[in-house]
Amino acid sequence: MSHLVVNSTVNGEPAEFLCEPHETLLHALRDTLLLTGTKEGCSNGNCGACSVLLDGVLVNSCLVLAPEVEGRQVTTIEGLTPREGLHPLQQQFLENAALQCGICTPGFIVASKALLDRNPHPTEAEVRHFLAGNLCRCTGYDKIVRAVLATAAAA
Amino acid sequence: MAVVFVPPLLRERADGLRQIELEGATVGALIDSFEALFPGVKARLVEGSRMMPGLGVVVDGEVQPDGLRAPVAPASEVHFVHAVRGGLPLRRS
Amino acid sequence: MSDQTVFKVIGTRPVRHDGVDKVTGRALYGADVRMNGQLYGAMLRSPHAHARILSIDASAAEALPGVKSVVTGADLPAIADKFAATGEGAINLRHLSGNILAGRTALYWGHAIAAVAATTQTIADQAAALIRVEYEVLPPILDLATAMAPGAAPLHPDVVTNELGEKGKTPSNVAEHFRHEKGDIAAGFAAADVIIEREYKTGTVHQGYIEPHSATAQWNADGQLIIYCATQGAFGVRSEVSEILGVPISHIKVIPTEIGGGFGGKVSVYLEPVAALLSRKAGGRAVKMTMNRTEVLAATGPTSASIIKVKYGATRDGRLTAAQVWMAYEAGAYPGSPVGAGSGVILAPYDIPNVVIDGYDVLCNKPKANAYRAPGGTNAAYASESALDEVARALNIDPIEIRMKNAAKEGTRRADGPIFPRIGFVETLEAAQHHPHYTSPLERGSGPRRRGRGVASGFWFNFGGTSSASATVNPDGTVSLTEGSTDIGGSRTGIAMQFAESLGIPVDQVKPQVVDTDSVGYNDATGGSRTTFATGWVVYEIGQKIRTELIARAAKMLETEPGQVSFENGVFSNGAMNNIPYAQVAADLDKTGGPIVVSHSMRTKGEGTAFATHIVDVEVDIETGKVDILRYTATQDVGHAIHPSYVEGQIQGGAAQGIGWALNEEYVYDKNGKLLNAGLLDYRMPTTLDLPMIEAVLVEVPNPKHPYGVRGVGEVPIVPPAGAIANAIFDATGVRMMELPMSPARNLAALVAAAAPASG
Repeated sequence: MSHLVVNSTVNGEPAEFLCEPHETLLHALRDTLLLTGTKEGCSNGNCGACSVLLDGVLVNSCLVLAPEVEGRQVTTIEGLTPREGLHPLQQQFLENAALQCGICTPGFIVASKALLDRNPHPTEAEVRHFLAGNLCRCTGYDKIVRAVLATAAAA
Repeated sequence: MAVVFVPPLLRERADGLRQIELEGATVGALIDSFEALFPGVKARLVEGSRMMPGLGVVVDGEVQPDGLRAPVAPASEVHFVHAVRGGLPLRRS
Repeated sequence: MSDQTVFKVIGTRPVRHDGVDKVTGRALYGADVRMNGQLYGAMLRSPHAHARILSIDASAAEALPGVKSVVTGADLPAIADKFAATGEGAINLRHLSGNILAGRTALYWGHAIAAVAATTQTIADQAAALIRVEYEVLPPILDLATAMAPGAAPLHPDVVTNELGEKGKTPSNVAEHFRHEKGDIAAGFAAADVIIEREYKTGTVHQGYIEPHSATAQWNADGQLIIYCATQGAFGVRSEVSEILGVPISHIKVIPTEIGGGFGGKVSVYLEPVAALLSRKAGGRAVKMTMNRTEVLAATGPTSASIIKVKYGATRDGRLTAAQVWMAYEAGAYPGSPVGAGSGVILAPYDIPNVVIDGYDVLCNKPKANAYRAPGGTNAAYASESALDEVARALNIDPIEIRMKNAAKEGTRRADGPIFPRIGFVETLEAAQHHPHYTSPLERGSGPRRRGRGVASGFWFNFGGTSSASATVNPDGTVSLTEGSTDIGGSRTGIAMQFAESLGIPVDQVKPQVVDTDSVGYNDATGGSRTTFATGWVVYEIGQKIRTELIARAAKMLETEPGQVSFENGVFSNGAMNNIPYAQVAADLDKTGGPIVVSHSMRTKGEGTAFATHIVDVEVDIETGKVDILRYTATQDVGHAIHPSYVEGQIQGGAAQGIGWALNEEYVYDKNGKLLNAGLLDYRMPTTLDLPMIEAVLVEVPNPKHPYGVRGVGEVPIVPPAGAIANAIFDATGVRMMELPMSPARNLAALVAAAAPASG
């Protein structure tokens, strides 16, 4: 099978990679660029575990074809983590015990960043509306919503 | 003598008794005493040298992981119950 | 409880030790494993719910460039009938093997038929599709009534009805019938002033963990088999793979990755033996197999659909005099539904003098039922708590009041015989009764939006089981704590906290890690709400031993007797003038006798049972049938909460799963047994928009058997929600929902039927 060359920017650094034409961004990130913080839960856009930012916009990376990111900026959980310490959302997720198994956590943190970038002081209803595309089976969402609200309150 | 509660589906084999006082220092010994009185009951409770798979034994309110080897006091109360393991998988016993 | 009444660590809320890895995406889960020269596996699954496999032709698949191995059920060693304890009962190992790769018959849509390993996932998927299977399609059995009907075709020629060791004479889809009996049921109903008799149905639901199953196996030329997988219990994987493949456990090392949820669904193996066989056939190259979501829903989990009949008798003043229960659970393709556990749950909260419970484990052409959080409990409590609500209403008694009046206490005899030790059910009822949620008036709503409040209670056994751990004191004073309990929701920290408390050091000086099956003693799986209880108890004992040894070392340094030395606040002291900090004792271990390494193992007893009472306010849109959860409060006897945030998290998560089960989740099959909603769009689990904040009220009635009073907390919160919501829907609409899930379409149909004038 012929491969395509894709030039993009991933987490602020130039990323040139090969992919099959039908390959998803999720698989390119995980299998080719070895950024396994982005998780696969359903591969059809219903769980949000693969949430990343594409030119700053929240997307399910399982629904983006890898060749589509040619010339574009991708931010994953790895890119959201600062060189030192943690992103305020990461810190609040820890302090609020907003994760149990942790598989959905990278997706939730990326999605929450997308929310706070647009709306720095959301209400609980706005948080719930924005995060409705991310499934968590462990927490019942209570502590996740509180962690996002706490991050906003501290900003 | 320990009191053994006869499981409902075993009562027809035990003259309809609901409870029976039996001699024995372990669960296994109690079952042997039971068998001596009502031949055939042991085969319903024991497989080889262990409790029938899926069957648990409770002595004085505590599930006994030692099964047939679990100690029994003279005034103990013994029940045979469903072994509930919270979904735990295969374990060699 | 220990003599210590003031705790330094227990009851605090530290950040979990594995937290940074998990919020940064660095934690490695099952699908994140990558091995040298790794191949990718793909599974071919049955497109029929019930079919005889006439032939399998894999030649086209094998000819595809990049394909390295193909396996079918014929590659599994033949296994004789052998029963082993597993899940909620016993399983025939031959059946376990048959579920891994089908033998002569495919027994459910999605049943594994054959598998391929290839150099890329794309090639593996293409190759699997090239395998030609000739089937003779058989009629599927898809519901309990059909399966149990006299003369129904048996799924398995070798399964007969087991009635406490008495085997039926002819093959049957009823794999087991059992009975619990207490008192005189006829006299009990004769003494009743009111009798309520109802029949309930519940659908098939899935555990719904977000991480699909993944396993990577490498079978080396020296016969050593290494398996990486996300599992609730690495030792269980080792046992099952050993039995299925006929390999000694000494040849198998299971390395557990982090796990993305399980809830009971990741206790038994699916992919592991197949990946191992593919690896062996591919010359020992590692093979990684990861399910997609359709495979997860079609071929793992689920938990049983059920039919449950409940008959209660009560006196005018609200005392229950008798209860009779008939319950049948779908086991799926192989025996082993959680009906036994459900039978223990169904009447457990109440002291009822006269009881009969009959339970049936029933085969059908659906995936083999697996454990799901308090297995069998939610179905059972939905039925019994709905019926009890009707008793309360018939007698005009408050729902908490009637539960209080009949509540089981220390000394109450359970329906299956044993007597309860100290339990905290009444305390959960009191906490609910006095909670502002229950004492506040309910706005009744207006127009098509009707509001109601419901209450239900629940019980779960909990399990103790076997745990082992090991600890090493490091020269810098930290302690490496090596355990074998899968950490599925923060248990590393809850265990480390008990260790820190016992030893007397801060919890951030403990370095807990979960290791492989060659690196720690045997551990039962993380399940049965056992880990904080049992592994916590083991590390308590280790902490005590290390403390004693450290005091002896400090005594040497202080040139005194150990009995003269105390250890408080990080300082060993021999009276006011002579003391030595913990850090120095740790640093000088080499000079006082060498390293301190302590291991301990326990087969625990005395797991405390768990009770919970939930209150829910709902709003029902009577024009659409949609139910919104307005407010939710869960009170639970949690024993002693080690890390309260994670205890709350268990309660909130369990309640959320129960709400999903109650309102939306169910498998939808077509008449041929094909699963129609094998994806997360149509198998709809609760989202942030479906739930309010869930208030968890921790009622602490310490378990007297555990050094820190721990009871299991993880499972019981899923038991009450469906009953509580059904009762709230009735309160809102006057319509009693007799089937789960109480989805909009089903609710609307019931509302319309109730509104229609009775026809002759």
